[in-house]
Amino acid sequence: MADEALFQFLHNEVIQYIYKSAEGGETENGRNITKLENMGFRVGQGLIERFTKDTARFKDELDIMKFICKDFWTCVFKKQIDNLRTNHQGIYVLQDNKFRLLSQLSAGKQYLEHAPKYLAFTCGLVRGSLSNLGVKSIVTAEVSVMPACKFQVMIQKL
Amino acid sequence: MAVCIAVIAKENYPLYIRSVPTQNELKFHYTVHTSLDVVEEKISAVGKAMADQRELYLGLLYPTEDYKVYGYVTNSKVKFVIVVDSSNTSLRDNEIRSMFRKLHNSFTDVMCNPFYNPGDPIQSKAFDGIVSGMMVQPS
Repeated sequence: MADEALFQFLHNEVIQYIYKSAEGGETENGRNITKLENMGFRVGQGLIERFTKDTARFKDELDIMKFICKDFWTCVFKKQIDNLRTNHQGIYVLQDNKFRLLSQLSAGKQYLEHAPKYLAFTCGLVRGSLSNLGVKSIVTAEVSVMPACKFQVMIQKL
Repeated sequence: MAVCIAVIAKENYPLYIRSVPTQNELKFHYTVHTSLDVVEEKISAVGKAMADQRELYLGLLYPTEDYKVYGYVTNSKVKFVIVVDSSNTSLRDNEIRSMFRKLHNSFTDVMCNPFYNPGDPIQSKAFDGIVSGMMVQPS
């Protein structure tokens, strides 16, 4: 389908743009990541509003996480999360064995250092969605072998 | 048709409130404000035993002598409140439901507008238009 490619190309360009435009002044990596993360946050807020328009009210946190893993992930990345684990104390680990935004990168170690900038937007996306559903969280990502990646969601208790 | 339509943010402050201009506006603000307690009660009841209560539409919140107040809560905990005249008996539950649906659709469009900051008062003209269509036309 063509629309999958569009999102991927746009996402790549956004990253390119942010990194290029920052090159002149500060080449601080962290600031660019934050920018991408914030973009994702706003997009996530809007998306979740649309996705949950026709769904029943969520029972609890786990119900929300399941929705993110299934429906949300399918809409955005055309596949479900492969594995969801939780310690039932506010930490969730979402594992995707073939993350779509990384699938076009070489599977070796060569581009491993570039992986974080391809994950920042998605981290924001998840955080924004959760925040709009009333769950404050911190989302981090980690990659060990290329197309697979893990998102760790830490729920902030009030 | 409605005499007052309000949208309330998840932190319970008004994002949008509109009532028929001919009547006492403050009274409607009070009515909507009072309804929030009932809304809160209805959502907190969910999860406890009430399996069928997971719909977004909350139904009639409470009737007063002159008005009926209906509520709706989105998954993002944004509340919609519609106040209709009690004398208007022709209005069915289904119509109220479809009004909320329309309101929700329009609100979603507002949320997805990149120029709108979530949490700000709603100033969208499209949203205004939808609401106007649902209000009692001044005769």
